[in-house]
Amino acid sequence: MSYLEYTVKSVPTGLRKILYLNWPLILLLTAVAGTGFLMLYSVAGGAYSPWAEPQMKRFVLGLGLMIAVAMVPIWIWRNLAGVAFGLSVMLLIGVELFGTVGMGAQRWIDLGFMRLQPSELTKITLVMFLAAYYDWLPAKKISRPFWVLLPVLFILIPTALVLKQPDLGTAILLLAAGGGLMFLAGVHWAYFASVIAAGVALVATVFKSRGTEWQMIEDYQFRRIDTFLDPASDPLNTGYHIAQSKIALGSGGWTGRGFMQGTQSRLNFLPEKHTDFIFTTLAEEFGFIGAISLLVLYGLIIVFCVVSAIMNKDRFASLLTLGIALNFFLFFAVNMSMVMGLAPVVGVPLPLVSYGGSAMLVLMLAFGLVQSAHVHRPR
Amino acid sequence: MRRSRAETDASHIKLSRRAALLGGAQLLFMGGLAARMQYLQVDQADQFRLLAEENRINIRLIPPVRGEIFDRNGIKLAQNSPSYRIVMVREDAGNVEEVIMRLANLIDLTPEQIENALAEPKRSERFLPVTIAEDVSWDVVSAVSVNAPALPGILPEVGSTRVYPRGSDFAHVVGRVGSVSTKDLEALEDPDAVLRIPRFQIGKINVEARQEALLRGVAGTKQVEVNATGRVMRELERREGTAGADIQLTVDAKLQNYVQARLSGESAAVVIIDCEKGDILANSSAPSYDPNLFIGGILSRDYDPLLNDKYRPLVNKTVQGAYPPGSTFKMMTAMAAIEAGIIGPNETVYCPGHLEVGGRRFHCWKRAGHGWVDLENSLKQSCDVYYYDLALKVGIEKISAMSNRFGLGVRHDLALSSVNSGLTPTKEWKRENRGQGWVIGDTVNASIGQGFMLATPMQLAVMTARLATGRDVTPRLVKTVNGIEQPILGNAPLDMNENNLRKMRQSMYAVVNDRRGTAYRSRIIADGMRMAGKTGTSQVRSVVVNNADVPWEQRDHALFVGYAPYDNPRYACAVLVEHGGGGSAAAAPIARDALLQALYNGEPPLDAYPTADRDRIETQQSKLRDVQPEARVKKGKDQA
Repeated sequence: MSYLEYTVKSVPTGLRKILYLNWPLILLLTAVAGTGFLMLYSVAGGAYSPWAEPQMKRFVLGLGLMIAVAMVPIWIWRNLAGVAFGLSVMLLIGVELFGTVGMGAQRWIDLGFMRLQPSELTKITLVMFLAAYYDWLPAKKISRPFWVLLPVLFILIPTALVLKQPDLGTAILLLAAGGGLMFLAGVHWAYFASVIAAGVALVATVFKSRGTEWQMIEDYQFRRIDTFLDPASDPLNTGYHIAQSKIALGSGGWTGRGFMQGTQSRLNFLPEKHTDFIFTTLAEEFGFIGAISLLVLYGLIIVFCVVSAIMNKDRFASLLTLGIALNFFLFFAVNMSMVMGLAPVVGVPLPLVSYGGSAMLVLMLAFGLVQSAHVHRPR
Repeated sequence: MRRSRAETDASHIKLSRRAALLGGAQLLFMGGLAARMQYLQVDQADQFRLLAEENRINIRLIPPVRGEIFDRNGIKLAQNSPSYRIVMVREDAGNVEEVIMRLANLIDLTPEQIENALAEPKRSERFLPVTIAEDVSWDVVSAVSVNAPALPGILPEVGSTRVYPRGSDFAHVVGRVGSVSTKDLEALEDPDAVLRIPRFQIGKINVEARQEALLRGVAGTKQVEVNATGRVMRELERREGTAGADIQLTVDAKLQNYVQARLSGESAAVVIIDCEKGDILANSSAPSYDPNLFIGGILSRDYDPLLNDKYRPLVNKTVQGAYPPGSTFKMMTAMAAIEAGIIGPNETVYCPGHLEVGGRRFHCWKRAGHGWVDLENSLKQSCDVYYYDLALKVGIEKISAMSNRFGLGVRHDLALSSVNSGLTPTKEWKRENRGQGWVIGDTVNASIGQGFMLATPMQLAVMTARLATGRDVTPRLVKTVNGIEQPILGNAPLDMNENNLRKMRQSMYAVVNDRRGTAYRSRIIADGMRMAGKTGTSQVRSVVVNNADVPWEQRDHALFVGYAPYDNPRYACAVLVEHGGGGSAAAAPIARDALLQALYNGEPPLDAYPTADRDRIETQQSKLRDVQPEARVKKGKDQA
């Protein structure tokens, strides 16, 4: 029981824990969410409904959830990791069987009061579970093939389920987050090198499968990749989104066109401007300065997490914090790359900014874990 | 199990190292994102800004208001009238079928219109108006407006159509407009963008076409902001265009109306011009047609009769029709000879009834001959031999040159379509165009306006005006543009011997007023209004037979040229009646009636006519008094 290795008595108790929260991180999260409210207000044409207001409520709910999660000692979360992961895999299977079809994919379970996206939840529980696994696994065994293959299996099960929905974006994120955690845990370099080599080979095979009976991904996904590689080839359909997105970004210039003055978003040239493409609106209306500011906020969140993790001597807490930070990074990195024409349009929202209930709550929950790790770190 | 402190520390150091490594990689990637932002938002900003503006800004043309056309007294000949149509905006209509059925109960819609109204909206954007009924009456508009609450999305819209209130009277002057065709666009080197507006109307023939540049005006533009689906969000900038110029013509609608009515039943043409300014007061070609039928596309049930009519109503005979001028040409032959000094006006020539030229015998119309005739007698009785003789002496070149100076064989530049230049043949012309040498018989034929000689009624009227005034009167059709008087085109002296001209006028006076003159029966007896003129009967075929015995197509053309008053020429007139028979019987009375109408600016008093004619004229006047042109101005076709 590694949590006995440090003096439990030094950990703050009761409401005093609130003083020990990572307050700069909370401020950063609030700043990012605030940017989101502003943009949702703007894309609604200067109105709190239909997006800004529910988003605010969710954020407040999320903050409460985060603090509640932070109050619970981190070792309790570690002990729950296996249960949480098992539960989310079951939910993924449940989606497969009873899910609601939205946007051409089976992603939601309607809980009555909210729509739960189990794939969002899985991103966190996978990280939790892998952190717990590597906390438990003795250092010597980390790079042994069996102990490497086991977590790979844990990663591939939810990934395969998510891919089947089909949700390519989340599948990639799960894969990347899981792989990242294994890297952080200290798995030998050679594994990664060989996986990357195999990955390249796989991509080549996927492309070769196109148009054959054993085609491995959906046509629309192929088309998105095509469009990414050559957006001009299809300027009116798939390529339209990327082209219009780049126009919106570029037309922002240094200082932007002004709050609520973005023509591209206001005149509906941008697709899904309140979700996946919300960054474009920000960049159009607040320009390079606005866009880089948001990037800096995100960067600071990553830095605070990494610093918190390095300062934390508890292996589970440290791995969990880094894993969540990596997840968060992957979110915005993929989203921004996508809207700036650096990655295919895969449907990943901008964390804390894009409109969306599941993603917001799950992220706040995850940052609750980060806070719990921070509060209950060995001193 | 409890791990050793060393082991824990070692694994933490390793974890921290990898954490720093991964964190560094993340920051590096963010640096890449920042660089991309900089590339898009700073380096390429101008280009993307331009693209964004192109996305959102559409430039729309505002069609200019077409200029209107008036007669010399300000009577409207072509105007713009509001036209109403009923449109539907699907997104406002809600239940499209229900709304259309309600509309169909309110106004008469054909099953076709209902079907289109139900089908078309599905093809276009929800916010674009779809036309349900066009050219509806004001009653329909009112009905729709009153019931607006029950008809969501249904709107009356106002457009503009061209209307010709004087209808068939001015089809051959004002012409008509029509939608721009592909052919129209191809004919233009750099077509005005406004022509690409759907259903934009441009002049197709006559004044409407020839004055298109003035009448059309300049389109305005408005810049509108559109969203991704093309919906107009707001107007950004508006630049008003310039309305087309209003054009006043020299024609007199009242006179034109009279002449057109006078010609009814004939295939004929009449031109009346002002002797001083050259103003064309009447340019009538009969039969005519209603140009309003062509607006918005003519139906074949209306068009086919016009096309197949043997009187050719679509042809403007005053300028498009070139006819042998016959005896009306004799003044030219005589002027060529006396101006050249070959013969004096009082010298006589013997007419035995024919003349032998080059082994061929050319007859005078009077086989018995006229005996010794001078200029006045020959013209008065229309002796042919006198002119054969003069032509042989003076030669075709001088005759052609003289007739050119009087405006024959010359294309008068009028704002009318297909103006024919007629033909005054020369030896060179025949060689080039017929590949044959000139023979003496050609000169003989030309001397009496037959053979190759061709003239339009317009040219004959100009010739008459020039004879009457001795000045190079040039026809003018456009009087003012936007109120600015247009220049008079020619009024310089012809530089001819005034005595010769006076003798010619005396002879023409004798034609009408001498008891033995060919047009004596068509004289005017009012003092100071006397008419001078010349009859003409031009042969369509070479053998002379009684006109009543041959089909219409083979009868002679009847012509008359004249002016009045004799001592103070004000109006010159040319009349052509296709296959009308003799000029004195068929053409001269029309010229007299038309000139009197012009001289009295309306219906002339009966005592201007010889006593014997008055009863007949009175009947004729009462019959023609209230003849209105055909002008089917579309209104209320839905309200049967």
